[in-house]
Amino acid sequence: MNAPDRIANPVRPAFDTTLREDSVIVSIGPSHPATHGTIQIFTELDGEKVVRADLHCGYLHRGFEKECEDHTWHNLIPYVDRLNYCSALINDFAYCDAVEQMMGVAITPRCKYLRTLLAEYSRLADHLTCVAASLMELGAMTAFLYLVMLRDWIYEHLADLTGARVTYTYGRIGGLARDLPDGWLARLDEILVKYEEFIGRVHGLMDRNRIFIERTRDVGVITAADAIDWGYSGPMLRSTGVARDLRKDTPYLAYAELDFEVPVGIKGDNYDRYYVRMREMDESVHMIRQLMAMLPDGPVSVDDRRCTLPEKRLVYTEIESLINHFKLIMEGPQVPAGEIYVAHESANGELGFYLVSTGGGTPWKVHVRAPSFVHMGGAHKMLEGYQLADIIPTFGSINMIGGECDR
Amino acid sequence: MSDVLARVQAEMAAAAPDAALSHGVLVLPVAPAQLLEVVKRLKTGFGFDLFLDVTAVDWPGAPLRFEVVYHFYSTRDFVRVRVKTRVAEQDPTVDSLVPLYNSARFMERECHDMYGIVFRGNADLRPILLYEGFVGHPLRKDYPKRKEQPLVPYREGGS
Repeated sequence: MNAPDRIANPVRPAFDTTLREDSVIVSIGPSHPATHGTIQIFTELDGEKVVRADLHCGYLHRGFEKECEDHTWHNLIPYVDRLNYCSALINDFAYCDAVEQMMGVAITPRCKYLRTLLAEYSRLADHLTCVAASLMELGAMTAFLYLVMLRDWIYEHLADLTGARVTYTYGRIGGLARDLPDGWLARLDEILVKYEEFIGRVHGLMDRNRIFIERTRDVGVITAADAIDWGYSGPMLRSTGVARDLRKDTPYLAYAELDFEVPVGIKGDNYDRYYVRMREMDESVHMIRQLMAMLPDGPVSVDDRRCTLPEKRLVYTEIESLINHFKLIMEGPQVPAGEIYVAHESANGELGFYLVSTGGGTPWKVHVRAPSFVHMGGAHKMLEGYQLADIIPTFGSINMIGGECDR
Repeated sequence: MSDVLARVQAEMAAAAPDAALSHGVLVLPVAPAQLLEVVKRLKTGFGFDLFLDVTAVDWPGAPLRFEVVYHFYSTRDFVRVRVKTRVAEQDPTVDSLVPLYNSARFMERECHDMYGIVFRGNADLRPILLYEGFVGHPLRKDYPKRKEQPLVPYREGGS
């Protein structure tokens, strides 16, 4: 077969000439074996030092927002799962919360506590993934295996609840897909005990490890003022010492009733981002234990025919339920005209849904304020001035998730 | 309404007479000419230090087709403001917020990609989620959802 015609370059670098005579321009990615995440970084290198960096995302763009305008409000739940697929439940719940607020639906108490519990459980899985991957990229294979083992127990455990390991489609407008299976909370308790055992080992391996400190301390530094100027939120912002957390500042779900701390870093370097995530996982476990004790009985979905599907038994036996089911599936839940912006504290920061409805079963517009995308906008600040090899731990510590960044 | 938002509404009464609270967010509809001034006042006078998001809404057939929507957050008072401005299809230009917030750089690029809004003062409006040579703006309502612009040619005989 002949080689295909030369394909046009999909990106235009911000610079194609060097500032100095002895520096070179190197393109890294978009599929570089040493990074996780599909991203292209144009760098100007002076020896091994990064002089300038120009980041390009978008390789995973799949028209999420366009597709959303062509489906019912209900149909979007599997799509939002695929934004940040490391903590898909948080996307589910943020999206459902936004639609529920537009419709004026109040979720049941059990749903409120369960969503909070599962959001924290997802944050745990997300931080485990991020910390594990960034440690592995520095050669810490043992710590990686400990953390990913934990994550896999969590994935299997969530599969028991939702039927899927990664993309759960578990949120529903007005509730949840189903209640907890028998024994689910007992297994959760076992996993949390295991978490403490394994996370202690990771602390022992990493925290005072000379090699790890040399690679992360004072590397990829961003100041608090810069972080805010570049729109940062979540662990990225907190690592610079700014204790801003939507769960504390504008509490939603059951967060106002929970006892937890907002861990912050000292100087916003890679080490701080590692440590903030490690501490946040402890806080999540602390919250999950409180929520397990608080969890009330009762239904997980509201009894509201505008959004909740009738029981299958009724659909097959009475005409009203059959029509109700048909209208909800074919036309979608009717959302009054208006607009809303709802933000939840996702594992990576402020995850915002901006929804516009013209009244009806299909959104007029769905926009996602994705923390990963905003973080990519200022990522060059954390790469410039450091070594080429530092790109790997720094990029890992940002936790760019392509599904959410590129949408 | 929180004190801060009430003060914002009072001070912005001239620029945004139709300001109203919607789901806890103060919405300020302003004219494009006043956008930069209003946002500067929000940042320096009221502590809206986090520029969260910019996007647009397409209303085909409306005299001012595009509504450009901004969200701001105050890390001091924990309140949100939405600023909206309308521009016509013939000249979808608004002032860039890059002089006030660096986070505007990437987000304005995305909005330019998707809706063709031109941000006057943002020197770098290269494609960010799309690619060089992409024709049109996919989130406009008149861009067909199924339209394809493949960079890599399809193989003959394949699908």
